[in-house]
Amino acid sequence: MTEYHLRTPLSGADVEMLVAGDVVFLSGSLFTARDKAHALTRRVGSPVSLEGAALYHCGPLILGDRVLSAGPTTSGRMARYTDEILGLGVRAIIGKGGLPGEPFQNRAVYLAYPGGCGAAAAQQLRVLGVHLPELGMAESLWVFEARDFGPMIVAVDAHGKDLYQEVRRSAQELETH
Amino acid sequence: MKDKVVEATVRALQRAETSLPDWVLQRIEEAAARESHPLARHHLQFMLENVAVATAKGLPLCQDTGLAVFHVQMGRELILDFSLSEAIAEGVRIATRVIPLRPNAVHPQTRQNSEDNTGTGMPDIILDYVDGRGLKLTAFPKGAGSENMSLVGMLNPADDPFDFIVKSVAKRAANACPPLFLGIGLGGSFDLAARLAKRALLNMPGESQEELQLLERINSLGIGPMGLGGDTTALGIKIEKAFCHTASLPVAINFQCWANRSATEVIQ
Repeated sequence: MTEYHLRTPLSGADVEMLVAGDVVFLSGSLFTARDKAHALTRRVGSPVSLEGAALYHCGPLILGDRVLSAGPTTSGRMARYTDEILGLGVRAIIGKGGLPGEPFQNRAVYLAYPGGCGAAAAQQLRVLGVHLPELGMAESLWVFEARDFGPMIVAVDAHGKDLYQEVRRSAQELETH
Repeated sequence: MKDKVVEATVRALQRAETSLPDWVLQRIEEAAARESHPLARHHLQFMLENVAVATAKGLPLCQDTGLAVFHVQMGRELILDFSLSEAIAEGVRIATRVIPLRPNAVHPQTRQNSEDNTGTGMPDIILDYVDGRGLKLTAFPKGAGSENMSLVGMLNPADDPFDFIVKSVAKRAANACPPLFLGIGLGGSFDLAARLAKRALLNMPGESQEELQLLERINSLGIGPMGLGGDTTALGIKIEKAFCHTASLPVAINFQCWANRSATEVIQ
């Protein structure tokens, strides 16, 4: 378990180096997207370039240009879009609860930010801009500047390791024995 | 009196969104002290830090400020010359602007957001009559992460409801922001089981032998904080029961994330 402080955009080498269980802090720009932004991106394409991007599954609470609370939302709802979003060049998806690991292999990582910790997360974020404001506060695509955003756990790495799946499998085995 | 209800609603929401009840904090602190997995311990400590930041700065501790759920205990001698639900809705609209809250309430099909956290059927008010002429109002803002994992099972009376609960928790816990509080509704009908489960969360803490045994069984699964492994999967379980049909065994599980927010205001 190694601690990394990385800057976006992320390279293929950044992703390659990370192993499930590592701790990551990110600086640089982050893009938020949840249900509606994903659906819209599928229909008409992304309003921003996502090459090397860290995509944050988050519906923040914003007042003016101030981030008040901005923890992760459940990634599972966006699982149906993972493959095409990673195909746009996204190198890290940030969220909670995890995503199926297969689409991440050899190209991206899933980073888990502690759920429910919106106030702490807001201290590490600043608003740089917003796209798709017509979708409303929670569903817009916000551009944040992150300063040492974390701690995040590499929960799914690019080498086929998935911490959530390991924990779930061991829990199910315990129950059947 | 209507103004008092409106103001109490705003105050209860303000407190519920920016702090946690003492007993909830205590459960998280105790779990952090006990937890043997280093990563899980870090998560629990980070959760406590998050609450401290939120309370010190008056910020909602989670960006999901929830769906407007309230429990009202109303004195039987009290006669209201106004609509209680309209007064609470007015409080929710004000709280949305002043705290502020994230506008979460949308039409179920058009997904149009009302922008003020109210709408048809919202706020949801659970009403009980009690002795006297007072009014006790509890704000219980319910986040979607844990609510989305909740379920009702219409079991065969020959099934073991506790096996069903443990299996469902093992499968769903990671998405619900564990460590969890679990409200269990056992018996009744399809909808009564669900309401009992919500009431169980409102009535926490659970301390019966049955509840503690189920808690231990769930914690032995090793799911841990945020589903990434550890000793602490649930912090509390409460079971509410009702008689059911001889052919039925309804079981409802209402998931609640670690940020078990609630605050009560009393109007005399």
